[in-house]
Amino acid sequence: MNAERIERMRAKLTEALAPTTLDIIDDSHKHVGHAGARDGRGHFTVHVTSSAFAGLSLLARHRAIYAALGGMMDTDIHALAIKADVPDPMSECWIPFLWERL
Amino acid sequence: MEIINEIKQTVESHPIVLFMKGTPQFPMCGFSSRTSQALKAVGAEFHSVNVLEHPEIRANLPRFSNWPTFPQLFINGELIGGCDITIELYEKGELAQMVREAKSA
Repeated sequence: MNAERIERMRAKLTEALAPTTLDIIDDSHKHVGHAGARDGRGHFTVHVTSSAFAGLSLLARHRAIYAALGGMMDTDIHALAIKADVPDPMSECWIPFLWERL
Repeated sequence: MEIINEIKQTVESHPIVLFMKGTPQFPMCGFSSRTSQALKAVGAEFHSVNVLEHPEIRANLPRFSNWPTFPQLFINGELIGGCDITIELYEKGELAQMVREAKSA
């Protein structure tokens, strides 16, 4: 069930934020028996790297993620840990540079 | 509508407010626990509201703040964020500064 949820989260976040990296981790097993786990919704961690976050505060980045997930916050997700970064400019510059020199 | 006014009054009458599950002494959720720990670590004096004891606040705060989850930290009437943002600000040293400024405001 959570594997299917992760696929839907991935599709929504990809469409809204065009992330350069996107990791979604299912933390639900850590919360078995905890009150928040009883309604069947999952606990997840997302790590999103997207240039869409450039110039945005942490608050605005997290809001963009919640907005992208939309109704899933009510129906599928009980808790969401978020890390929202902009791409490291060094990796974007250096990889093509090193590639050219090979 | 009345409950929205009550929330508004709460965040405006205390410089730092944490809406959380449980209390700082007995947090009922890991995210709420970590957030109150970060505030304590920077010496913040804060007002806390246990949303588990106030179901009408729990139901309406997300609409007021446009933020779907708990905990929620407010400083000087403004939403700062949830657990991850509070911890990130703490790690960068910014939380301590915000707390200092909240006290003087």
